[in-house]
Amino acid sequence: MTVKAESLKLFTDKAELVSAVVNEVSSLDEAIKYTMDLCGKKEACKMLVSGCEEGLSDKAEALCATKIGKTISAPALAKKEFKALGKQCEENGFTLLEDSVRNHLGGIDIAFTYADHGIAETGTLVINCPSEELRLATMISEVHVAVLPKSKLVDNSYDLESWMEGNMMKGDYTAFITGASRTADIERVLAIGVHGPLELHILLLED
Amino acid sequence: MQDAKNLKEYRKEVRESLGNDFLRTAMDNFAIAYRGSRANAFKDMDEKALIADIAEAKDCAGQNLDALYAKFKEEAEKRGAVVHLAKDAQEANEIIGRIAQDENCKTIVKSKSMTAEETLLNHHLEDLNLDVVETDLGEWIIQMRHEGPSHMVMPAIHLSRHQVSDLFSEVTGKKQDDDIQKLVKVARRELRQKFVDADMGISGGNFAIAETGSIGLVTNEGNARLVTTLPKVHVALMGLDKLTPKLHDALRVIKALPRNATGQAITSYVTWITGSNECAAAEDDRKKVHFVFLDNGRRALAKDPVFSQVLRCVRCGACANVCPVYRMVGGHKMGHIYIGAIGLILTYFFHGTDKAKNLVQNCINCGACKEICAGGIDLPGLIKDIQARILEEEGHPLYSQFAAKMMKNRKLFHKFLRIAKHAQKPVKAKDGFMRHLPMIFAPDHDFRALPTVAEVPFRDMWAKVKPAKIADPKYKVAIFSGCVQDFVYPEQSVATVESMKGMSVELDYPMDQSCCGLPLQMMGEKEASKDVAIQNMEAFESSDCDYILTMCASCASHLKHNYVKMLGHDPKYAIRVQEFADKVIDYSSFMNDVLGVSKDDFLDSAGEKVTYHAPCHLCRGLEVKEAPRELMVKAGLDYKESAEEEVCCGFGGTYSVKFPKISEQLLTKKLDNATETGAKVLLTDCPGCVMQIRGGAKKQGKDLDVRHIAEFMAERRK
Repeated sequence: MTVKAESLKLFTDKAELVSAVVNEVSSLDEAIKYTMDLCGKKEACKMLVSGCEEGLSDKAEALCATKIGKTISAPALAKKEFKALGKQCEENGFTLLEDSVRNHLGGIDIAFTYADHGIAETGTLVINCPSEELRLATMISEVHVAVLPKSKLVDNSYDLESWMEGNMMKGDYTAFITGASRTADIERVLAIGVHGPLELHILLLED
Repeated sequence: MQDAKNLKEYRKEVRESLGNDFLRTAMDNFAIAYRGSRANAFKDMDEKALIADIAEAKDCAGQNLDALYAKFKEEAEKRGAVVHLAKDAQEANEIIGRIAQDENCKTIVKSKSMTAEETLLNHHLEDLNLDVVETDLGEWIIQMRHEGPSHMVMPAIHLSRHQVSDLFSEVTGKKQDDDIQKLVKVARRELRQKFVDADMGISGGNFAIAETGSIGLVTNEGNARLVTTLPKVHVALMGLDKLTPKLHDALRVIKALPRNATGQAITSYVTWITGSNECAAAEDDRKKVHFVFLDNGRRALAKDPVFSQVLRCVRCGACANVCPVYRMVGGHKMGHIYIGAIGLILTYFFHGTDKAKNLVQNCINCGACKEICAGGIDLPGLIKDIQARILEEEGHPLYSQFAAKMMKNRKLFHKFLRIAKHAQKPVKAKDGFMRHLPMIFAPDHDFRALPTVAEVPFRDMWAKVKPAKIADPKYKVAIFSGCVQDFVYPEQSVATVESMKGMSVELDYPMDQSCCGLPLQMMGEKEASKDVAIQNMEAFESSDCDYILTMCASCASHLKHNYVKMLGHDPKYAIRVQEFADKVIDYSSFMNDVLGVSKDDFLDSAGEKVTYHAPCHLCRGLEVKEAPRELMVKAGLDYKESAEEEVCCGFGGTYSVKFPKISEQLLTKKLDNATETGAKVLLTDCPGCVMQIRGGAKKQGKDLDVRHIAEFMAERRK
């Protein structure tokens, strides 16, 4: 399936409008390299997660302290891909988590995932996540890096109807994700990252 | 939460809000920013068609609630969820409390649910010694302050960063500063820890899809994803009105809901949940999922021929965003639990007459909400209908009975106006205003000068000003002057006649015409209003005319739309009233679009600088936007658009008498915006607006001549 250039452009424009970072990659290796750079050189991975530097209640502070090292979670990768990522993490001194995200609710630095689809009209990622690990990783992480194969881009949410209905027939959890977690609840001032990731990086994969 | 016992107490509370400077500035900024971002969000879409599709689908679902519920239950339970139906708020709370106890839950995290606000669920759960934490930032803030939401989408919009900072200092035991970004981060960490401890999550639901037993949740913060993922139990509480046959219906609503709510193309997260999903915290790794549906009057509402459209509401909150009254007083004075125009209506159905009776009077009927409602609900119309119902339940107040009796009888009403001419003598000044208000008015009403009744009403001048008969006229027109142009500003009607000279127009003035009846409807006097409508319809049936021309925007929109609504279902009147309504036209549309006047019809000299006020009932009631603006330019006037030109001037007929303080604030804004343009003349298309704005300009000593557009058209004709 070829995706129209204008759909790609629309998707990129709309996603960037809600402060997502959109880049193109030609392979999974390149996507992994991007993530390593993000974690290391770009300092997305920190010892202390966002908010932990503020004055917090004792309990909240205690949760902050449970975070260990620079962590990456990639629960939905195939075995081979997971291994490749793990190798890179090891070389760069990051921890690729192998146990449940539930053990890391204090915070993880990066969630590395695929997206099942993209919706051009709104710059939205669609992630089918009946797996709890995938759901949690994309919420608990400070930064979410999602690889979207270009062929999976559709123009409009209506185009996904039959695919979604097929999933729903089985019992399902599906997320539309558009930009980072945001709020405007205090004086209508936009603030990013009230619960979920503070940054969303979308890597458009040539396939 | 609005809880006043009577209108007097309510007015007092409203006045307190008007004195809250922070609230006023926050609301003003919001109102102006919202308008721009909403327009931007819809700019490449056929908004009207989308809204019509949503309305149709919601209506259809509303007619099939029982079948949809049965289907949803079957499908959801097939996939491992348990589905409950609660007849009222108490039963819903009890069901949820019981689930918590049965599952041995102690700590509950909640994501935003207006339905849970409706049932006051937190109180019930707290009484059961359960620890409940709201995790939507705004909801968490108001929960800790023990307040209700002041907006459906932005529940803490009434609070400043300083108030939030103080609150967070208290909660964390550490001094917080006023930086909003930092405060949000503090909330991130404090709430994260609450998720870790929780064993039950409660969410609302924006959609309940019957075909697969799925729910859809729309959020920006993403807290709903955590609420529905981390704890071992998930309960979703939803109104029955959220039921919809297919996923497509939900996807359609999502195209309008975020755009209408906040001007976003879509929210950051939309979550679709079907059945019991994987959950490591639960036995067998499967989450316990309960979907609780609330009736609380919704099924009865679905069967009501007038009010069933209420169930179209998608809870976007846009009706508050554009409401000029909400903007003045804030959400706590503009709803009991549900806020804004839809809040006034839902309060009556969900929380009863007592809570609604004062609130429903606080609608200025400007139509701003109706124009943008994502479900195409006739909000102002329904608010008036509720007012009428409450009058039926509780009895009509004396002033209302008196007005209804008098206005039903045209001769009596006009006699009263003629007597007023003499009675006003002691207070009448030479400039056409009363020197001071008669003693029956409280000082609150002294924000605008009121005009005196004219020496000679238009109906008595008619024989003199009536143009000579022309042979074979192109247009046969009957004038509906309305009370204000007839008895207060007859010169505007005279100008109308003059502005059409030489245009092949035959004019008639049926003498049996009376008040259009809108003031009666505003008071909720439905029967009297219908009586007057029939009288007017009959008065014009005796005239051989193609158009019924009215220079009052409020009369025009009432004659054109509400007459059909009132009489159209009665076979005796259905065809007649439609014929009547089809003929009704406003002044500017008639001049500009029908007569098609051009530059050549007006003087060549350069005209003055003027600005304009678009009457609510013209720009929204009749959707006439271009005609008056084109007309001013054709007439050679130097038209300067004023800021917020289409926002209500605060008149609203009897509204300004009931809520003078709000009316005064709206008027001041209108005057400030007009003055800003540098024009010394303001034109408008409605004598009611003239009365309000001219009276305010006089009182505030502004150098602004406020005139009906017809007067300037007459002056500028060749």
